[in-house]
Formats: sequence, C-alpha cells, structure tokens
Amino acid sequence: MRTTILRTTLFAAAISAATTGWAETTVLTIESWRSDDQAIWDEKIIPVFEKQFPEIDVQFKPTTPTEYNAALNARLAGGTAGDIITCRPFDNALAMYEAGNLADIKSLEGLANFSDVAKAAWSTDNSDATFCVPMASVIHGFMYNKDAFKELGLAVPKTEADFYAVLDAIKADGNYIPMAMGTKDAWEAATMGYTNVGPAYWGGEEGRMALINGTAKFTDEGFVEGFKQMAKWTPYLGSGFQAQGYTDSQNLFTLGRAAIYPTGSWEITGFQENAEFELGAFAPPAKDASSDCYISDHTDIGIGMNANTKNKEAALTFLEWTSSAEFASLLTNAAPGFFSLANHNFEVENELAQEFMAMRSECKATIRVAHQILGRGEPALSNELWTLTANVINGTMTAEAAAQGAQDNLDAWFKP
Amino acid sequence: MRSNPLSSMAIHGVLILYSALALFPLLLIAINSFKSKKGIFRDPTALPLGELYSTKGYQSVLANGDFPLYFGNSLTVTLISLVLILLLGAMAAHGLTEYRFKGNGLLGLYLILGIMVPIRLGTVALLELFVKLGLTNTLTALVLVYTAQGLPIAIFIFTEFLKSVSGEIKDSARIDGLSEYRIFFEVVLPLIRPVIATVAVFSMIPIWNDLWFPLILSPGEETRTVTLGIQQFIGQYTVNWSAVLAALTVAIVPVLIMYVIFSKQLIRGITAGAVKG
Amino acid sequence: MSHSIPSGSRWRWYIVFFVAPATLIYTVFAIYPIVESLRLSLFAERDAVEAFVGIDNYKKLFTEPYWADQFWNAFKNNVWLFVLHMLIQNPVALALAAILSIPNLRGAATYRTIFFLPTLLSVVVIGFIWQLILSPLWGITPAFMNFMGVGKFFAPWLGLESSALTAVTLISIWQYVGIPMMLFYAALLNIPEETLEAARIDGLNGWSIFWKVKLPLILPTLGLVGILTYIGNFTASFDLIYTLQGGLAGPNGSTDVMGTFMFRTFFGFQAQLGDVNMGATVASSLFFIILIGVSVYLFGVQRRLQRYQA
Repeated sequence: MRTTILRTTLFAAAISAATTGWAETTVLTIESWRSDDQAIWDEKIIPVFEKQFPEIDVQFKPTTPTEYNAALNARLAGGTAGDIITCRPFDNALAMYEAGNLADIKSLEGLANFSDVAKAAWSTDNSDATFCVPMASVIHGFMYNKDAFKELGLAVPKTEADFYAVLDAIKADGNYIPMAMGTKDAWEAATMGYTNVGPAYWGGEEGRMALINGTAKFTDEGFVEGFKQMAKWTPYLGSGFQAQGYTDSQNLFTLGRAAIYPTGSWEITGFQENAEFELGAFAPPAKDASSDCYISDHTDIGIGMNANTKNKEAALTFLEWTSSAEFASLLTNAAPGFFSLANHNFEVENELAQEFMAMRSECKATIRVAHQILGRGEPALSNELWTLTANVINGTMTAEAAAQGAQDNLDAWFKP
Repeated sequence: MRSNPLSSMAIHGVLILYSALALFPLLLIAINSFKSKKGIFRDPTALPLGELYSTKGYQSVLANGDFPLYFGNSLTVTLISLVLILLLGAMAAHGLTEYRFKGNGLLGLYLILGIMVPIRLGTVALLELFVKLGLTNTLTALVLVYTAQGLPIAIFIFTEFLKSVSGEIKDSARIDGLSEYRIFFEVVLPLIRPVIATVAVFSMIPIWNDLWFPLILSPGEETRTVTLGIQQFIGQYTVNWSAVLAALTVAIVPVLIMYVIFSKQLIRGITAGAVKG
Repeated sequence: MSHSIPSGSRWRWYIVFFVAPATLIYTVFAIYPIVESLRLSLFAERDAVEAFVGIDNYKKLFTEPYWADQFWNAFKNNVWLFVLHMLIQNPVALALAAILSIPNLRGAATYRTIFFLPTLLSVVVIGFIWQLILSPLWGITPAFMNFMGVGKFFAPWLGLESSALTAVTLISIWQYVGIPMMLFYAALLNIPEETLEAARIDGLNGWSIFWKVKLPLILPTLGLVGILTYIGNFTASFDLIYTLQGGLAGPNGSTDVMGTFMFRTFFGFQAQLGDVNMGATVASSLFFIILIGVSVYLFGVQRRLQRYQA
C-alpha cells in the first residue's frame, strides 16, 4: 500500500514539476481552525513532508476557531482562500462542496486506507463524491483525578449505578466538586453530556440510524432517558454552574478542585501540561452490568482541497500524503487525543491517549447524534441540542420537554 | 461652585469611588498578566508575588519576534484612517452645513446611512473589490475600509456641532477676503477642535481593536495587526490567557497615548476658543 | 441653517472639494458593499440558483414562528438594553462630565483618563475579566459581597435567564460610559464663561446653575447622545455579547440582540450554516428600525431642541 501511494505521489509531483517548468517552489497554504496546533504543524508535520517533497512549501495558517467558518467562507467567495482546507465534519463541509468550494477527491488512492464510516463524514449522502481525507476523530468519555480517587478509595465506574455511587461518595466527602461542568457555554452540556452518556440509552448507532430512517423519535424512551441523565447530573455540579464556562471547568479540574470531568480526548495535551495530579480516563458508563458501553468516536477533522486552487497537483500530492501511515502516526503522536482515522497500524505513545484508544475495543462506537443528516433544519439540531441540554441541567426545562423540542425541530423539515 | 471644603471632599469622594470601579478590572488584567495560567485561576486577586510571579505570558509574546511589526501595522492603519476620517469628515460636514446647494439635505442623509448597517455584512463584496484592485494583504485596504466605516458617524457629529457655530465669524472672514478654503482650514477647523478630538478618541477604538477585517483582507504575515497577532494564543480548546493578557496589556499603551494627546487637544481647543469668543 | 453667500449660477468648485472625497470613499467602500449584501434579501436559493423572490424573505421573517420568535426576542432585548443605557449610562456620564467640568478641579485630567480607560480595551479582555470577576468559582464577587455582608444575594448572574441580559448591559455601560461623558464634557466646556458669570451674579448656586443654565444649553448634545445610544444599541452591542455569551447568546437565547441574531444568521454559527439571504433580510429590517429612529431625531427631536435653545 505504502509503495503505491509513494509512487502515485511522486508521479503527481513529477507532473506538477513538468508543468511548472521545475525549480519553482509551490506554496501551499492550509486553512484551519486549529490554532492550538500551530507548533505541531510547523515543527513536526510539515518538515517531514517537505523533506520528501522539497519543491512544495507548506504553510499552516489557522484562523481563530470562533471566526473560522465565517472567515473561510468569505475568503472562498473572494477567491483568497488557501489551497488546502481543514474540514469540519458533515453538513458544514458538504455545503462547501455543494457550493463548489471543495473539490471531489474520490480518485485519491489513499482514501482506500479509511473505513466507510470515517469517509461518511465527508461524502455526499449517496457516497458519489468524497471531498475531504478523514484526518482525526475525538473520543468522548470522562477524565478523573486519580489522586482524588485513591484518596477516597474509589474505583472507576463501569455502570450507571457505579457512576452515581462514585459521585455520591465524592459529594459526601465534600473535598472535591464531584463533576466539573457548567452550562454557560452550552456546548459542553450537549457534547460532553448528552451525546457522551446518551448513546448507552438509545443504543448508539442503532438508535441514531433509527432516527435517520424514521423508525425512532426523540420522544422515544432512550432519547428521553439521555436527557433524564442530564437532569440527574445537576446536584453534582459546582454551585453557580449556570455561569461556569468552558475555561472555568477546565481550570476547576486541572487545579484539582473537581474530581471528574466529562470530556473528550482532545483535552489530553492541555491537561497533561497543567494538571499536577495523575490523570485517568474512563468510558461513559453502561446502563447496567449486562449492557454494552458506548462511546462517541466522533469524526471531527478532515482535510480537503480548495476547488479553485491554482496548485492542484501539489495539493493532491499533499492530500495523498495525509492518507499515509506516516502522517497518521505523526499526527496522533504530536496531537494525542486526535486519533487518526486511517486503518494503518501505528504506535500511540501517550498513555492517557492509549486509555482512550482502549475504549474503542471495550465499547461500541457511534458519533454525535445530530451531526449527520439530522442537523439540516432551522436551527441546526446540534445547536438546538446545546440549548435544550443546558436548559435541562439548569432545571428550566423537563427532559420530556427537551426531547419534544428536539423532535419538533425534526418534524418541521425532516423526511426519513 | 467656589471651593467649599466639604463639597470638594464629597466631589473627590465620588470621583475616587468611580475611579475604583473603572480601574479594578484593569488592575486585575495587569496583575494577572504577570501570572501563569494556573496562577490566574488559583487566586485571581492575589498580587503576582513570589511563587505566583511569572513572565511566561510576556515571554510568549516576545518569543514571537513579529509583535513590533504588528504594532507598527496597527498604528499605521489607525493613524492614517483617523486623519482621513477627521479631515474628510470635517470637510464634508462643513460643505453640508455651510453651503446651500441642490440635494444638500439628501446628501446629508445619504452620508449617515452607513451608521445603520455594519459594513461587516458587505465583507464578500469588499473582498472581491480589493482582489480586483490588487489590494489584498495591504494596509491600504484596511485604511480604506476603516475610513469608509468611520466617516458617517464623524460627519453626523461634526454636522451637529457645526450647526451651532455662529455665522458671524465666517462672514467677517469673508469680508476680510479669505477664500472659502482658507475659511475652512483657518477659521472653522480651529473652532471645532474639541469636537475633532472627541470624534478622534472614539473613532480610533473600533479600528485599533478590530479583528474581522484584518482577518479577511490582510491576514498576511507582513500586514498583520496586533489584534490579529494575539489570536494565535486563542485556540479551540486551549487559550494561553497569560499571553493574551500580556499582549493586551501592552496593546493598551499606544491607544492610551493617543487618547492623552487627543484629550489635551480637546482642552487646548476649548480654552483657545474661549479666549477668541 | 446655512449662512451661505448667495449662489450665483457658477459652479462652486469648493463645495465639490469639501464633500467629494468623503462621498467617494464612503460610496465605494461602505455603500456599495452594503447594498450588494442587502439586495440579497430579495433573493433566495431555489434549486441551487439564486432567484428573485420579492418580499418573501420578509414575510418569512415576520410570520414563520422560528424567525419571528427570534426577531421579536432580539428586539425586546434591544429595547431593554436601550432603556438601561438611557437610564444608567447617560445620567452617569452626564454627572461625571458635570463634575469634571468644575473649574480648577484638582486631578481632572487624571480622572478623565481613568474613566475613559475601559472604553479603550478590546472586548476579548473585557469578556475575560468580567467573567472572572462575576464567576461563582474564583471568588472575587462572592468574597466582596460577603465582606459587605450581602453575600447571600450573590447569584451566577451571567448564567441565569432572568439576569444575564442586565448583567451584560451593565458591563457594556461600564465599558462605554466614557464616550457620552466625553461628548457632554466637550459641550459643557463650550458654555461661555460670561453666561455662567451672569448666572452667578443673579445669585444662582452651583446646583441651580447646572439645572437652569448648563443643562438647557447642552440639550442638543443630550439629543445627540440619545440617538447615538439608540444606534449603538443595535449595532455595537454585538461584539460584547458574542464574546461574553457566545453565538447563541445564552442562556436559552436570553441575551440575543439584533446584532447577534443578524450575524448568526448571516455568517452561521457552528453547525448552523450561514444564510446570506435571511441574514440580509434581518439586516435590512434592522436598517429600517434605525432609520426610523434617526428620522424621528432629525426631523422631530433635534429641531425642537434647537428651537428651545434659541
């Protein structure tokens, strides 16, 4: 496999060299929202690529995450966007493809290295076109303060009952806030709450596909139960959690004031830098001892090509390289917690990342429930879930009403 | 209000109280810029002494050697835009209030329409325009947009104040044989100096702090502004708050200096005007 | 209004000289792009093609519950924002300006600079610092309130639907009070000393000089500040709310204003894709709301104020 890739990329490079008359360096600019990763790209990833392809100069030019979508769309419309575009999953990238801004790259040989599930996030509904190379997924779960667990004699919970027993024990002890989460920024509630523990109740992929096929509704028991779990979390959050933002939660946990942090693998780097205690991770609890556990192994980042780039060959060469084992290993180890979606075998060195990786074999995997197809209403269902979940945790809405709200959103436009 | 010690004490009491309210958050920003991220959240009100003291934030800003360039870019853009806004704005306002001509009222209304819709909505058209003009990744593009953005409010306020300037001074200047141009530059401009200073003060803030247009129109390394430069510390999941606070603490200094200069002008203008009047 | 010399039939070049440069830059770099965007409100994407749809988008905005609810919620919040700015920001600004304009006040320049400092800051840092100050976790406000003996009244204001908008507004007032203060200050200093001297000779004390002499004289500035507050309330409130409360203007949309609603619709937010047509529709509606306010000011309030003053 590896040799074929190399051969094709070399071939592509040769073509580009031939057409440009050689000697000229092609500059490729990467658009991304991951300003966190600037150093990783500059120091670890790009040098490796440029060593193999000295005629291509790659530049990683991230935009602030909150402005990325708007800024990128403006640049695409104005014709000043970069050659390589980092893709958000599903509808966001799909819209860019449909608007003619992302090129179809289905012919890329390297795409064979990815599972259909991974490719689904960046393909049209009928899989006719694929417009981004899957890059990485993030795994949801919980991180915990190992020192605190040791101190209180607690074991990692496996089931819902264990989970609440652990929370009760932390609460009774009183030294730690049981769970570091707030509802101020709303997205944590939906992302680290509802779509984190919920799949155990709606049966992961099965439940999600049932929604898409129209055989299930948000008002069905499993989806309502997910919201009910959220309401159950309220007493374990710190006082004033309504005004607790994402940064607050991060710091509350890394400063050792909270014992458990519902989160995902993307926090690994930042937390290992800041926490002075030993970190551990556990998967979302199963419903009971006889049930499976489920994780959201969410296809989060892809990488595609600006359809109007003037450096098509170089861009394709680069994309082909991003599907290689070399890139997979570089990325996963440089940015632990962002797991390559490729089927290559490579070593993950970071221990905490290994703990998250291990969840893949222990639990059944799914993705965030509202991202594929279901999110095309007004407003996008995943945004709506932010608000609904936050409301449930804040106690301003019942689980049933929230479920009804989500279903109403679907009913307004969705035809299975 | 001739100084009566009791009322003077009450007055200073009020002023000091409000100063505390205005300064406390700023003080927090400044002291926390000398702490590590952990230090900030461990005890946000503690002074950066002993263990808490850390210049990590400032170091990360300095480590990026381009910040002096960013400051230069921000200053260039802000100052040139300001000069254009104030000069062209005052000229237009003068033209509108001083002379009666066809379409005068309509033009006045037209020139303030821009207050009512943020230019940001026209981003795509602007970008396309600058691509055609070959002005992307130039400071000129920013200057043009900020000037266009600042003009309506400047014209609006200048017009309001010019309406209250008495006609006699200008008429006597005309009798003295001054040209219309000289009347504007030598008689009217000095008269409205306080207002110019006031408009300058609040026109410069949105320009200095803007993130959007540098991001779209001139994101290149050479033309980056301070606000855009600071964004590198703001990630998706991790924000380097020490660096952000450090950079922003430093970023206040140039605007503060500009403010002090303008507000001196304001006072000087007023006292000078009072002597004349 | 204009003290113009009687115009001959000859073309007066100096008028062109005065108004043309501003008009030109403004037309090309403000009006043209804005019109390009606002006209999109008359179009919609039908089967991947932009089609002219007349006022359909406006109908949609005001009749479909999803749009109308957001619109009126944002509008209502803007009204509250405006009321609070008028009731708190402008009186405080006037009071500060009045005190600062007392002749020979010691330290006046320093105070003036201090009061204006918050206005100079970028919203990024203002958002960060006020969230930190008001946070229930890091103890600044709770400790202060405990110290004052009112600790039990503390609440996570920025996170509660009932108080978030008011909290955000107060932060905005803290930040922007310097601008009306400067305008009032400039107007107060402009009052001729003779007028005040005459009042003093008439035996008026400081308090009644302020109410009976100064205030009537600066009425036009009061009107100007009022209309600027009205405009800023719709256009400038976006940045702070976006930074403090995010694009969805939580909790539960309770801090959503026309600005956040418009930008969220136009540019999209997270999973929500941008909809330029509806965004332009919201923007155009906002434009008319502001235009009505400005017209009322220009043709109603302002004239009356000037007549009153004369």
